[in-house]
Amino acid sequence: MENLRVLLVDDEEELVATLVERLTLRGIVAEAVTNGEEALRRMRDAPFDVVVADLKMPGISGLTVIERIQRDYPQTKVLLITGHGADADGLEEAAATRYTVLMKPFDIQALTERIREALQR
Amino acid sequence: MTFFLKMLLPRRWTGTTRDADLRRYRRIWWFSVGLTLLVSVLPLVIMAAINQRAYVRGVQAETRFEIARVLASTSRTLEFIIEERLSALKLLILERSQAELSTGDRLTTTFQNLRAAFGEFVDLGLIDASGLQVAYTGPYHLRDVNYSGQAWFNEVRVRGVHVSDVFLGYRQFPHFVIAVKHETDKGDFYILRATLNLDILSRVISIGETGRLGDVFIANQAGVLQTPSRSHGTVLEKSPLPMPPTSPRQGVIALAERSAGGVLGYAHIEKTPFVLMITAERPDRGPSWASARADLLTFLATSATLILLVVLSSLTVMVNRIRAADAHRLQALHSVEYSNKMATIGRLAASVAHEINNPLAIINEKAGLLRDVASLDEAYPHRERILNSVASIIKSVERCSNVTHRLLGFTRRLEPRLEWIDLPALLREVLEFQGKEAVHRNIEIVTDFPSDVPAIESDRGQLQQVFLNIVSNSFAALPTGGRIELALRNRPGDLVAVAVRDNGEGIAPENLRHIFEPFFSTRGEFGTGLGLSITYGLVQKLGGQIEVESELGRGTCFTVVLPVRAAESTR
Repeated sequence: MENLRVLLVDDEEELVATLVERLTLRGIVAEAVTNGEEALRRMRDAPFDVVVADLKMPGISGLTVIERIQRDYPQTKVLLITGHGADADGLEEAAATRYTVLMKPFDIQALTERIREALQR
Repeated sequence: MTFFLKMLLPRRWTGTTRDADLRRYRRIWWFSVGLTLLVSVLPLVIMAAINQRAYVRGVQAETRFEIARVLASTSRTLEFIIEERLSALKLLILERSQAELSTGDRLTTTFQNLRAAFGEFVDLGLIDASGLQVAYTGPYHLRDVNYSGQAWFNEVRVRGVHVSDVFLGYRQFPHFVIAVKHETDKGDFYILRATLNLDILSRVISIGETGRLGDVFIANQAGVLQTPSRSHGTVLEKSPLPMPPTSPRQGVIALAERSAGGVLGYAHIEKTPFVLMITAERPDRGPSWASARADLLTFLATSATLILLVVLSSLTVMVNRIRAADAHRLQALHSVEYSNKMATIGRLAASVAHEINNPLAIINEKAGLLRDVASLDEAYPHRERILNSVASIIKSVERCSNVTHRLLGFTRRLEPRLEWIDLPALLREVLEFQGKEAVHRNIEIVTDFPSDVPAIESDRGQLQQVFLNIVSNSFAALPTGGRIELALRNRPGDLVAVAVRDNGEGIAPENLRHIFEPFFSTRGEFGTGLGLSITYGLVQKLGGQIEVESELGRGTCFTVVLPVRAAESTR
């Protein structure tokens, strides 16, 4: 887990900021952005080991973001988090069949475990 | 019989539908039955009446014709026979001289010859111009009787011939008299007079009576019977019938209803006071009419009954179908409305959950950070109190998140999706929805979920709805401190049964068979009457069955039987 770089993408700034702090306390280098475009830009600058994206965001959705990252940076592992309210368009179900999806609110322990699992894949 | 009546008359038109609708279907039924019967039975009755009139008229015309025919032939015969007797007397008076006829022996011989030739002659007498019977031969002693004062003597003197009415006379038996006058060269005259018994008339009448007509007899101008009549009296009695007109000489008249009814044929016999009469009953009084009318009535009654049966059965079936179609349409309409409502609630719940889950996540992370910070530094002020508070915050967040997840679990996915479902877990989720109410109303919930019951392949959302409906119905029926039992059982044939039993008020037997019908509600204005009907539809769609047992005052048990593997039609 040392020297691991994690990118958190969520339009809820308070949430990602707190998560960054908590991950840092656990020895994980995490950075936060609040939209998909910025996440992709940051990936171009220096690719992250793991990207955790919110499923529904203004602008590019989390699903699109991680799909592009998977395509362009195959070494990078991806995870999705969701407020569990996107079922009307079936987005959530579609995502759940291909990616690991964490339901908000989640425990930090659960997040670090998922990150670890992703890295082992 | 009762079965047929049940088939013919509308059933179950009470209590299951709203009163106004009920009245509407009844009105449709009465109106169509009434109208159909009117246009089918009325023409039949009118036809029968027309038929009867035509029959009566036909028979009447036939009777009149028959009477006229018999009258003509019989009256001619009668005229001929009387004419013949008069001619015989004329022949005698011309052939024999007055002297010869005045001699008793010669008169007797002549009389005997006459009897031998004609039979019905009773006596024979010669009367001179002074009216004195100068010679007589016969069974009585009538010689020297003077007839000069009698009306017939004058008549024969004037007209030359005479035929009398029937009378009793000295002899005390009915007879009549014929007489002819002969004028001598000297300007003098004498009369030959003979008495005839009634055989001659009776013989003629018997000819007339050979027909099928009622009564044939002879009366005189005054209506006194000259021959016995079958139904209007005997000889020399006054007939109750009205006297026919003298002109025309022959005819058929209708008799007034208050006398005998029917028709009277009459013929005045030439040169005699006799009137030949024939009466016939009204055609609608006789036995032939009775049988014809019986046939007609039987036919009418049979046809009317048949029409009634057909009309009642077909219209009852029709109105029942209209009612069923209406109910079906309304149910479909409400079902669409219901699923729209569910979809709306689903979307609302999803967006609410989303809005709540995000801040919950922030609270969760902030509290987590607080815990991280406090737990890393042992010298952190009030460390224990802070850690306890954080633990309680995180626990509350978890409770909130459970609520939102459960809410979403119920409302998502309206289109059916099959999955393997652990029934005990699903039933517990359903019960959790009523958990608070159960605590507040002190309702005991007992579950019996043995581990040998397998998971079933079905649709989660629809099953949740089914059991939520049944359980909330049971809750509604339960008093405070009641008890509800959920039991899961295997059933032969790869089936699973879920029984929901309450000890509430129970359902009355007359309501029990209607509870799955749409719009049937015992809660009056408070129930839509749709809950159980939709539940029933859902269970059927899932390939299952729903059973209900209930006893008033003891409680109700709903049992949902579901297949372990989903039916092909559900896929």
